[in-house]
Amino acid sequence: MRRFGWVIPVAALPVLLLLGYGFRTDPHHVPSPLIGKPAAAFTLKTFGGDQVSLEALRGRVVVVNFWASWCFPACYEEAPALERAWETYKDRGVMMIGINIQDKEEPARKFLARFGHTFPNAPDPAGRVSVDYGVYGVPETFFIDRAGRVRWKQVGAVTDEIFKRRVETLLSERG
Amino acid sequence: MSIGFVPELGYAATVAALALALYGSVAAAVGARTGRPALIESSQRAAFGVWVLVACCMLLLVYAFLTFDFSVRYVANTTNRGTPFYYRITALWGALEGSIVLWTWMLSLYTVIVVVQYRRRQPEFYPWVLSVMLGIAAFFLLVMTIPAPPFERLSPIPADGRGLNPLLEDSGMITHPVALYLGFTGFTVPFAFAMAALIIGRISDEWITITRRWTIVAWYFLSLGLLIGGWWSYHVLGWGGYWAWDPVENAAFMPWLTGTAFLHSVMIQERRRMLKLWNLTLIILTFALTIFGTFLTRSGIIGSVHAFTQGSIGQFFLGFLAFVLLGSFSLLAWRLERLKAQGELDSVLSRESAFLLNNVFLVAAAFTVFFGTVFPLLSEAVRGMKLSVGAPFFNLVNIPIFLALLFLMGVGPAIAWRRASAENLKRNFLRPVLAGIVAAAILRLVGVGNTLVLLCMALVVFVTGTIVLDFYRAVRARRRTARGWMDAAGGLLLSQNRRYGGFIVHLGILVVALGVAGSQAWSVQTETTLEKGQSVRVAGYSVRFDGLQASEESNHSKVTGAFTVSNGRPLGVLYPAKKFYPQEQTPIAGVDYRLGFVEDLYLVLGDFARDGSHATIKVQVNRMVSWLWIGGLVLTLGAALAILPDRRRSG
Repeated sequence: MRRFGWVIPVAALPVLLLLGYGFRTDPHHVPSPLIGKPAAAFTLKTFGGDQVSLEALRGRVVVVNFWASWCFPACYEEAPALERAWETYKDRGVMMIGINIQDKEEPARKFLARFGHTFPNAPDPAGRVSVDYGVYGVPETFFIDRAGRVRWKQVGAVTDEIFKRRVETLLSERG
Repeated sequence: MSIGFVPELGYAATVAALALALYGSVAAAVGARTGRPALIESSQRAAFGVWVLVACCMLLLVYAFLTFDFSVRYVANTTNRGTPFYYRITALWGALEGSIVLWTWMLSLYTVIVVVQYRRRQPEFYPWVLSVMLGIAAFFLLVMTIPAPPFERLSPIPADGRGLNPLLEDSGMITHPVALYLGFTGFTVPFAFAMAALIIGRISDEWITITRRWTIVAWYFLSLGLLIGGWWSYHVLGWGGYWAWDPVENAAFMPWLTGTAFLHSVMIQERRRMLKLWNLTLIILTFALTIFGTFLTRSGIIGSVHAFTQGSIGQFFLGFLAFVLLGSFSLLAWRLERLKAQGELDSVLSRESAFLLNNVFLVAAAFTVFFGTVFPLLSEAVRGMKLSVGAPFFNLVNIPIFLALLFLMGVGPAIAWRRASAENLKRNFLRPVLAGIVAAAILRLVGVGNTLVLLCMALVVFVTGTIVLDFYRAVRARRRTARGWMDAAGGLLLSQNRRYGGFIVHLGILVVALGVAGSQAWSVQTETTLEKGQSVRVAGYSVRFDGLQASEESNHSKVTGAFTVSNGRPLGVLYPAKKFYPQEQTPIAGVDYRLGFVEDLYLVLGDFARDGSHATIKVQVNRMVSWLWIGGLVLTLGAALAILPDRRRSG
């Protein structure tokens, strides 16, 4: 009986391995039905008073980021990374649009001032754009290619690394 | 204004407690191995030290909450200036970091109780038990130090916090985690004794006898935690249900299933010296499942709605889980030779085999829940497909298992040990079986058409019959020496408290089972839009929409609907609401209900016109849900009776 005793602890291994595998997957990464589809058009008025329209940006790589001032901590964590990315990529033809959803104007403006965001940010007063993009929670970030198709959706905070990987791929595709 | 160094103080206390726990764990083991009582005594003091330090951590955290110290990340995440006073205290366990503190504190409290209780009484087991428990505490303190530090500073300091998850602003959330964690940590004690038994090689029945009451306490709190969780889900979430087979619920349910199996199978070992290996396996699994539950809900490997940042806590818990499983099963393998059963199963018709079957079903249920919960992971690993396993799977597989368990609940306590004679079967089961059949027939005639409900009700009557019959006979036997019926009954309950405590717990479970069956089969609901002054009729109730009112609460705004309800005679006004929290995107339902013994009237406010001219209302008539809560009360009585000191042995 003792000779086969080692089988008992070994039996636990497959379960542990499966659970370990879980770290390599992301349950939040639900494949969005929008991936590969044309990104829904929108025209919004930014906090600065300008018009920003996705239609007009066809041919450029566009990053659309949905955020809110109450979205703590994730939006606060990614905010500096977004501004860094904007500084890095704006000269390479990348456009970034921040869309502020389900928020009040005053705290939203404070948020922008706090992080010194210089890319266009616009409120989505009727929530129509966030519905079109199936936004499920903030922050969510959509990467749109030169042909105007949604290519990736990032749920949760973006990091410098994720941003670089996505945008470099899109930039390398000559449209 | 808050004192600036409170977080640093808390962090220092955590690290000191970690050092003490590690030291104590090693000292107790070395002391036991080399036979140096001084080391064991110093490990005892370390256990007290850990308890005091973790208590300090809790108090410091409470202080940070009460003073709105938003420089602490955890405080900023779980409260804001509008959070009401009580919830600022219970926000302590409103999220991961604080829950771990609470957990660690309970564990250290149990450790101290073990020290006080067993220091003299169990000199052989005790140092190893202490070593194991302090080792487990050290793991949790490590979690508090590295992946989930409750005192972590936040910079820059926000002007206001994010606020507690609004769903947690409820009385159920004050008590639910406390009960649940008392249950989870409670299983550490029998586990530690089992490990001690394996280490010192005394794998007879001592560890089981010593920890019997601990097991009941842990099991009871876990049951209570599950029921309170159901109550919270029922009156807060606004979908009219109490159980959804969500991974978080399953995580707490699995150790309950194996714990229940353990609770029963130890009786066979005590009585018949069988199942030694099985009992050790069950307690290891139960303890491992409490760790697995935390891992599952905190690691982010299985989807849950609001959790974006996870950090490394999952890796810590998986590492610990691996350590627990591999370590304890290796110990088991090492002692395998001594674990041979002394008794044997004599007959299929015996109490042993009924208990064995009960165990098989409980473990099978635990396995199916486990399988369903991790299946999305398996499917992704093997086939690369994302999918989710929902309630239909769990119900399909588990309902037959639970019905079988109900049946065994009637058979197990009343059938004879070893080999049941035809006489025994006839004497104990003929009348209960007939009662069950008659009950089912009557219900069928009254118009109950659902087969599962009929089966469930028949089984409940059958089991109740066996219990009543047993109790009646025992009281009648006692009547000869006691003064009156009451005297005889009371004396019986107290002198055989373990048996009859168990019976009362069974009755509680039966009441819960009726509640589940009734609510699943007979609840009705409707959703409709009403103009002001208009009524809707549901199952004999009339619900009239009287208008809306908006109000500002300390941390949210609220729109309340007024609905006059009647069922022929006026029943009053119900006020279901929608609460709008600035930090949440979707409004939170404020359910209003009228609880009843037979049925609850349950209103959920849907969309409404801003001018109050019309509103959508969901009206549910939920039948027999209250039986779940009543069952919980019965269960409490039974568990209290069962943990009284066993009088038969002590005197």
